[in-house]
Amino acid sequence: MDLRQELYTLNLGPQHPSTHGVFRVLLTLDGETVVDADSIPGYLHRGIEKIVENRTYAQVIPYTDRLDYLASMLMNWGYVMAVEKLAGIEVPERAEYIRVIVGELQRIASHQIAVGSMISDLGGLTGFIYNFRDREYILDLLEMLSGSRMTYSYMRIGGVASDINDEFIRKTREFLAYFPKHGIEEYNNFITGNEIFQARTKNIAVVPREKAIDMGLSGPVLRASGVYHDLRKVRPYSVYPHFDFEVPIGENGDCFDRFYLHILEMEQSLRIIEQALDNLPDGPIMAKVPRNFKPPVGEAYAEVESSKGILGVYVVSDGSPKPYRVHFRRPSFINLGHFADMIKGWKIADVIAILASLDIVLGEVDC
Amino acid sequence: MGNQNNDLLAKIKAKHPQVEITENGHIHVPVNHLVDFMRDLKDNFGFNYLTNLTATDYKDYMTVVYNPCIAERAEMLHVIVKIDRDNPQVPSMVPIWGGANWQEREVYDLLGINFIGHPDLRRILLAPDWEGHPLRKDYEWETYREE
Amino acid sequence: MEIKNDDGFRKPLGYLQGEKPLIDEVAEETDRRLKLLGADPATIGEVKQVVRIAPLEKLLNWGRSNSLWPFGFGLACCAIEGLMAVNMARFDLSRFGYEVMRPSPRQADVLLVCGTVSKKIAPTVVRLYEQMADPKYVIAMGSCAISGGPFVDSYHVVPGIDKLIPVDVYLPGCPSRPEAVIHAFLQLKQKIKHAEVGKK
Repeated sequence: MDLRQELYTLNLGPQHPSTHGVFRVLLTLDGETVVDADSIPGYLHRGIEKIVENRTYAQVIPYTDRLDYLASMLMNWGYVMAVEKLAGIEVPERAEYIRVIVGELQRIASHQIAVGSMISDLGGLTGFIYNFRDREYILDLLEMLSGSRMTYSYMRIGGVASDINDEFIRKTREFLAYFPKHGIEEYNNFITGNEIFQARTKNIAVVPREKAIDMGLSGPVLRASGVYHDLRKVRPYSVYPHFDFEVPIGENGDCFDRFYLHILEMEQSLRIIEQALDNLPDGPIMAKVPRNFKPPVGEAYAEVESSKGILGVYVVSDGSPKPYRVHFRRPSFINLGHFADMIKGWKIADVIAILASLDIVLGEVDC
Repeated sequence: MGNQNNDLLAKIKAKHPQVEITENGHIHVPVNHLVDFMRDLKDNFGFNYLTNLTATDYKDYMTVVYNPCIAERAEMLHVIVKIDRDNPQVPSMVPIWGGANWQEREVYDLLGINFIGHPDLRRILLAPDWEGHPLRKDYEWETYREE
Repeated sequence: MEIKNDDGFRKPLGYLQGEKPLIDEVAEETDRRLKLLGADPATIGEVKQVVRIAPLEKLLNWGRSNSLWPFGFGLACCAIEGLMAVNMARFDLSRFGYEVMRPSPRQADVLLVCGTVSKKIAPTVVRLYEQMADPKYVIAMGSCAISGGPFVDSYHVVPGIDKLIPVDVYLPGCPSRPEAVIHAFLQLKQKIKHAEVGKK
């Protein structure tokens, strides 16, 4: 007697506690193994690229915050860099150093959520709480500068909005002293060294080097496959050539490597912040930009290394105070394009681990 | 983009006389030469990483913009293709770079450009039964903003 | 804690402007009934620490308001503050008993809409609201859920969740601070316990 078998379609629906937001995957299952998958984004599509065609250049900055809301400073940076490239504005050196400091602080905060949500999706909620506790310290520092905890709109075309003072520098140095021992070491104890976590993430969904480059992946996902492509070293922008830091590279390209790179990158960011604070120059924080800002006709494309990958911004200007077209090359969107191929052949429980290791933010995927 | 790009641009212009290179480094390619040009960039010049694929609607024509890079290196090109607005179509880059897949679907969804040779061209961000292409300049919708 | 100000600008939490303070009716009712039975104040104090005696509806309201189970429908940025940060170590929501975030609508009382509602997810929100069992409440968190927020003139955004489902508490902010989320929950608690708050 033969057993009748058929494939089963399961909807990992838009409302799910572990999909990092409203994201839908249609899985075709053979038992528990995924045979085919179709990812359906778009549940948070807000039409930002159309809205900003009706706003002035400075009014676009709050919209860039809401793209990847966990790394708002880096999103701001990408946009203002593209507009400055288009208009040929040179940013004063103190502003560049401040941008690096807040950008790296933001990178640590974003990686903390990546680390915490990965362990929380796999079931260990304790690790998540420690990350949030430490993230609150960074949010306090950034709130001192910009007034907001999450969507700062701190950077401006030509510089930054407000200057940093001694209190900020003092508190940042306290954080730099506190974090390695009480933060990173605890994460390594709770998460990295956890046997169950390692069993669930090692050798899962290995992405080979050539495939990662071909599919346009970026950020820790690309570097875990052994590709040394970090824009801060390969095509340095701002004042990054002045700093001495390393870029960690993975070996296997599995989920564990994609996760562990977040922790290693946090350590390197601490080094950059310390060097930036030691060498902070004096000077203005804003270039001379006219009140009624009208860049010349043309287009420009600029990229920054955001915490999730490469953020690129393409701006087209027609000489008026409002941009003609703005396009955001969002890293989570492109990384997610490879997701449906990555999960074929793995079990449902691995699907969650793979999605968490890609570290996506739905605000960025759907724009 | 700097001086190291100038020799590269000179080599490209020497090999492909049909393309036009402006003074700020942007390469304008005619549509019928696009696939050969991109294939040559990938195979012979080593541009294996496509980082950006987008498009713009100017009211008389549309342009599609590509930014190929070399992984682990600094070079990045800015390639612009000008196409017709009434029946916008352009060959797909998916056979050359797999990363173009979702980006072309997004451009099709929001601007209505047809990519010939794309394995699975359907809407990605909007619902499958949505009518119209929102990012076009003549798209009308009811807005709820109270003035 | 009452802040005495002559201009009446600050009022204690949950009290309306210029109204008499709302009393804990369940405790008062327990007092009254025990006095009818002839108990002395010391015994009443001891008994009140263990049990409450009141009309059934008041007791049920007291129970419902003190242990709301939120259904975190985290859509966008507000979810980080309103569902995650408020549960964590600094702004502990479990002090109030509301940390049991259920992923399933059948097991939840409060639908906490955090984030922009796009036209593609709107049918899902309505369906989840209908799947929740009565009595259910809705908190619209953040300016996107109240009125569309900064995205109100988009082609794909519903201008406020109250176009689709009835809302009990509106919580402004972009994103709302976790302290504001706690305030919203406490306002909802007052609304459940004292039905006249909702009528004003």
